[in-house]
Amino acid sequence: MKQGRIRRDHTVAIAFAVFVLLAALGPWLPQWAMFIMTVAVARGLVVLGLLLLLRAGLVSFGQALFYCLGAYSAGALGRFFGISDIFVEMLVGGAVAAATAFVLGFLLARYRGIFFGLLSLALSMILYGLLVKSEALGSTDGFNILPSTLFGVRPGPDWVRYAVLVSAAAVALVAALAVHRYLNTPLGRLAPAIKDNEIRVEYMGASARRAVHVKYVIAGGLAGVGGALAATVVGHIDPEMAYWTTSGEFIFIAILAGTGNVIAPFVGALIYGAIHTMAYDLSPNTWQMTLGVALLLLIVFLPSGLWSAFSRFRWR
Amino acid sequence: MAIILDARSLCKAFGAVTAASEVSAAIEKDSIVGLIGTNGAGKTTFINIVTGYLKPDRGSIAYEGRDITRLPPRDITRLGICRSFQIPQLYGSLSVFDNMLIGIGIVLRNAGLAGYFSRRDALVPGYGEPAEAVAERILGRFGLLEYRDRNAQVLPGGARKLLDIALAMVARPRILLLDEPTSGVSAQEKFGIMQMVLEAVRAEGATVLFVEHDMEVVSRFAQRVLAFYDGRIIADAPPQAALAHPEVRRYVVGTRA
Repeated sequence: MKQGRIRRDHTVAIAFAVFVLLAALGPWLPQWAMFIMTVAVARGLVVLGLLLLLRAGLVSFGQALFYCLGAYSAGALGRFFGISDIFVEMLVGGAVAAATAFVLGFLLARYRGIFFGLLSLALSMILYGLLVKSEALGSTDGFNILPSTLFGVRPGPDWVRYAVLVSAAAVALVAALAVHRYLNTPLGRLAPAIKDNEIRVEYMGASARRAVHVKYVIAGGLAGVGGALAATVVGHIDPEMAYWTTSGEFIFIAILAGTGNVIAPFVGALIYGAIHTMAYDLSPNTWQMTLGVALLLLIVFLPSGLWSAFSRFRWR
Repeated sequence: MAIILDARSLCKAFGAVTAASEVSAAIEKDSIVGLIGTNGAGKTTFINIVTGYLKPDRGSIAYEGRDITRLPPRDITRLGICRSFQIPQLYGSLSVFDNMLIGIGIVLRNAGLAGYFSRRDALVPGYGEPAEAVAERILGRFGLLEYRDRNAQVLPGGARKLLDIALAMVARPRILLLDEPTSGVSAQEKFGIMQMVLEAVRAEGATVLFVEHDMEVVSRFAQRVLAFYDGRIIADAPPQAALAHPEVRRYVVGTRA
């Protein structure tokens, strides 16, 4: 019964192990490492959503739209309502982004290929334009985010980063496992079918457009949670978060990581963050070049992303 | 016998080209109907209109008394009218087995058995078995088990045709429309494919409409023939009578009249 298609899958065990390890070793990590890791979790969440779309053959050049919406929702909670609880921020950020994706999805789910990509990019640039013009939200300077609290408790200065990291990792764990399960439902499995042959999907009685819409909403929600998280970690938000280069970063990470597994986006984001930080340290003026070379090497040697290096020896 | 599909006065024009002109046909339940005609005569247009890919300019189609003229393909499929394609429409990057599982997944979903929290081993409606067993069974019936883990893109021509038909059979259609099931297949394989398909269909109990160019295949397997010419049906009769029809002899079979 289970031969062939269902290979032994350790995703759930690995995800839990990584989380426990992180929570246990966290207190001994240096502050900068925790910062890099938390930012990686935030970006990983966005890329996790991108993975869903990429599997269906859709490249969104506009996930920054939802990332930025999530961040500004978190910021607005603090600025206008004095709320700084990290879970509330992530929840609201994700909800606002998912709701926006739901509305925009009626338009975007009709498009494929380059049209989908450019339309999503255009939408994110509209948000960028709006934020740049809005004085109340700090225009191009953006504004600062309140220090994070956790269920009404404000952790001491030495523990804030750790508390945020573990909260972020917990959310990422839940998100990754939820997506992992989704990918194994019939609707989730429809992704490669939509990529391959939409006509056949329709003639078997399923709506490709609806499946794309659902994926777009999930991806938007995840990007919103990631954005809210990034806002609280960095402590500052500005319209750059909606700029197209931010979307480009997410696609960069998705290609780097590969779409083979739900853990891959987080590994990819961490490696991206590490390369980025090191390249910037070594030569602040040419870090883009270092990143570019890294991506080129990867495309040449591991065209299915970093994850394919793991899966090749483990699961085949 | 009861009429399962009733097409009335279907008309469809693409610019100056008339693809269907007053096409009417009442198809009886559980019958096997061959559609013949030269290329461009309107056979595929007829199938495309019935399955909702094209909307007719005029006319209507009723399926078991229900008007389906304006429904989109997926709704018509859900009602039990499935089709295969002249050029097989497969999920090329996936294995043969995964092709089947995707189809079965859609059947489960449409039956409300494949939600996020549904059991993975839910029984497929109409089969009473879990998805993987159903996939094995259908592949076995079409002689495709040997290709189970092969990529659909690299199958031999005959197997591609059969997989395309197998995908159309997954939802247990009441009406199966086969667009040139034996085109691009060797002469020896033709009869084998038709035999296999009709046996599978008989096991399920479905009405079959198939487009075919080989008159030998038509007279062997069809109970009734619709001959198309220039967007019209020029003959509607049992195979012997239809193939003897003067217009059919002249326009479809050849110039032996």
